[in-house]
Amino acid sequence: MNKPRTDLDHIISIFKSVVPAVDYWSIRLVETEQEGLSVRQDILQPTSTSFSKGAFITIIKNNGAGYAATSNLTKQGLKLAAMQALNWAKLTAPYSLFNPDNLPAVDYKGHYHTPVSRPWDSINLSDKIQFLQDACRALKISDKIVDWHSSLSSKQSNTLLVTSSHGHIEQSFQYIYPALSAVANDGSTTQIRSGGGADSAAQGGLEQLERMGFPDNAHQIAEEALLLLDAPYCPDDTMDLLLLPNQMVLQIHESIGHPLELDRILGDERNYAGTSFVTQEMFGHYQYGSDLLNISFDPTHSEQLASYGFDDDGTKAEHTYIIRNGRLERPLGGACSQARTGQNGVANSRACDWNRPPIDRMANLNLEPGDSSMKELIASIDHGILMDTNQSWSIDDSRNKFQFGCELGRIIKQGEIKGIVKNPNYRGISANFWQNLAMVGDKSTFEIGGTPNCGKGEPNQVINVGHASPACVFKNIEVFGGAS
Amino acid sequence: MQDHFYLLSEQLFGKLQHDEILLCHFEGEASDFVRFNHNKVRQAGNVTQQTLSINLIKGNKQTSGHCELSGLIENDFSLSTRILVSLRKQLDLLPEDPYLNYSQEINNSENKHLNDLPETGEMLEQIQSSAHNLDLVGILANGTLYTGFSSSTGQRNWHSSKTFNFDWSCYHQTDKAVKNNYSGFDWKNTRLSTIMDETKEQLGILKTTPRIIQPGKYRVYLAPAALNEILSMMSWGGFGLKSHRTLQTPLIKMVTENQLLNPAITLMEENNRGLAPGFTEAGFMLAENVDLISNGHYKNTLANARSAKEYDQTVNCDHETPRSLNMSAGNIKNSELLSKLGTGIYINNLWYCNYSDHNNCKITGMTRFACYWVDKGELQAPVNVMRFDDTIYNILGSNLVGLSTEKELLFDPDTYHKRSTSSTSLPGAIVENFKLTL
Repeated sequence: MNKPRTDLDHIISIFKSVVPAVDYWSIRLVETEQEGLSVRQDILQPTSTSFSKGAFITIIKNNGAGYAATSNLTKQGLKLAAMQALNWAKLTAPYSLFNPDNLPAVDYKGHYHTPVSRPWDSINLSDKIQFLQDACRALKISDKIVDWHSSLSSKQSNTLLVTSSHGHIEQSFQYIYPALSAVANDGSTTQIRSGGGADSAAQGGLEQLERMGFPDNAHQIAEEALLLLDAPYCPDDTMDLLLLPNQMVLQIHESIGHPLELDRILGDERNYAGTSFVTQEMFGHYQYGSDLLNISFDPTHSEQLASYGFDDDGTKAEHTYIIRNGRLERPLGGACSQARTGQNGVANSRACDWNRPPIDRMANLNLEPGDSSMKELIASIDHGILMDTNQSWSIDDSRNKFQFGCELGRIIKQGEIKGIVKNPNYRGISANFWQNLAMVGDKSTFEIGGTPNCGKGEPNQVINVGHASPACVFKNIEVFGGAS
Repeated sequence: MQDHFYLLSEQLFGKLQHDEILLCHFEGEASDFVRFNHNKVRQAGNVTQQTLSINLIKGNKQTSGHCELSGLIENDFSLSTRILVSLRKQLDLLPEDPYLNYSQEINNSENKHLNDLPETGEMLEQIQSSAHNLDLVGILANGTLYTGFSSSTGQRNWHSSKTFNFDWSCYHQTDKAVKNNYSGFDWKNTRLSTIMDETKEQLGILKTTPRIIQPGKYRVYLAPAALNEILSMMSWGGFGLKSHRTLQTPLIKMVTENQLLNPAITLMEENNRGLAPGFTEAGFMLAENVDLISNGHYKNTLANARSAKEYDQTVNCDHETPRSLNMSAGNIKNSELLSKLGTGIYINNLWYCNYSDHNNCKITGMTRFACYWVDKGELQAPVNVMRFDDTIYNILGSNLVGLSTEKELLFDPDTYHKRSTSSTSLPGAIVENFKLTL
């Protein structure tokens, strides 16, 4: 059950009374409430509760578009913001990159609400603190565990998008962010293991915690941190690579998601997040990966971080194939990018909050399951390595040359897991890497993850994105370990 | 915003019970953002935001709340009072906090850089004109940033600065571009024109056929913006007191094995630079400078209020990451940089760095924008993007040839949540055997 939103309709009424006569306007109200709890070394850290409410106003007039974002939701504040947005529309009309009149108007109603079965407030504060302290204590299994940490946060967000063409989109989201981590040290060697949702987060309530291993994974996390202290470095070699879903999340995000964002292809991000090795001409025929590669834009997994009914431009979100049987079908571009290019896209025009404009984001981008069990994936590898939990990521601005590292690796020889190694890294080139996709795990290996920290845009925005994937095997990948 | 914040906090202090202390912290901005692509405007607008944080303390217990303010005192007092009442109820349920730490002294301060800057629309016209026929992409941010502190114990601090930050690239084609930044307290049209003229000259070199570089070890010049990326990585856990005491610092070998950097390396947190506020969210005043690395030796860490209490140190920062880093200059004159480099790569920018081996402070990342092959001291051709992967003990240690005499002050263009007040002052560096891997 989501918390009821406050007086958003009243704010809309006020805005309608002050907005000047223009060709088109929209107002997006966002109110959020966040609560954060954290326990470090068994000590409760300062608790924090945040409330935020603001409006993002867009005005289009005479071929110009401008925006203003304000937390002053009084009549004076909204009027000032509307005039500022109008002023920007006038100022920029002669210099506009495209004619904003070509953008589709939102003239329909819609709503979306995160399903929640165990609300955040169904457990009182004292019990939540006790729960977190127990989880934290479970991480301290040795004197060599030198730092240990559990945390649990909740975010409720209500949005209301209203347009001059009678569009009215109301959505409410509930997010949960659990995390566990253990830091082990011996001399000059420190190893960190994390889990319990640290690499994912979810939409929903407390019912999501069990699925994410919170707090049950605490002991295993600490044990593996200790094992890594004495483990050898990952060898430097070319071998087969088995990526668990929690690393597939990063792989999909960086080397499929970002390069397919249409605003990057259009060059908007060239000064900051970067461009793309993918061009507009490649859609419809380019073989992005092996024929086992099926990637979908999927807003329908309600527990996934970026599930929604409509994006922040008001476009309805639907399950759509982006890559099918390895062939590139369409980009990740929202209504604005679609209008600029004439290409098909998806509903992924999103803003991180009321104070930023919507841009193309990848939302939920998932790799569809195949038909191999985990046992079969491992058995298929004669000389290889399994990698678990991302800890390092770096990729060029065209999203091609990448190097990623994980917290833990396991050597695979002749179809069997043999031993643990630390600091496993691998590198490759996106355009080639996905061609080496050799096996895709079945539904039993499929996990839902994502990250709340995807950065992009000018001005900068950090946003939730969801990725779900089975475990996957890649052939002949360059892997390596430590400094020497 | 200053009067509003002080009035609001005074009204909140009037709501306190006799054994309560309230710390109020304020962050605000009124910023214009103009985003460019192909020297046209992609998006433009204004963001006005004001965030109040209140920390309620009773005995050794504390809890905090945050809210966006409207700027109208009646509304904001009503909202923040509701939060205060809610925090008071929470406080009864919380255990004592052994690391609660806030300033017990009263140190008032006021620092305002409210110089005149042109209207953003005027800047926009100047950019359009000076970048005529260039494929310019980037962002112009212009406006005022505000930070305030007020406590029920009687302390008041205020810091505001009106600055601009124009961060952009001009493209020749695909990934071949010249990156620039013009930022500060005073906007001069002539300065922008000069930078654009220099950009056009560099674009001429980018039009020559790129040189394909093979993985290997190269002698390189890291321009200040490129070196700043490496220092930013070092700063991610490298200088915080907590990361040192819990042995998570990437500089762990400087702590446990007395590993040294090159004697030319001296790093300092320069708190008196004036862009960032000189006080913390807990009301502590910052020392003017903190020596982090002196002549290659690890010196001090950055300690926020909580870590300082836990590890019995003096508070000297808010977030245990440098925000006004200063790197000492070297002795290579800028006019001699190319000849000193000889044959190698002139790297203007690095990008997307991360640790590839944290315990050895090994960093990987990409070259980006205008990087050139240099032969016998002459710029020859652009090079395609390459990945580097090397340890800080090589780059700023045994393989450091020298640092430039001239330094650049780089304003951080980051605008996550709000505009950054961080900056770095640093030279460029010539490094040999710089490892390129892909």
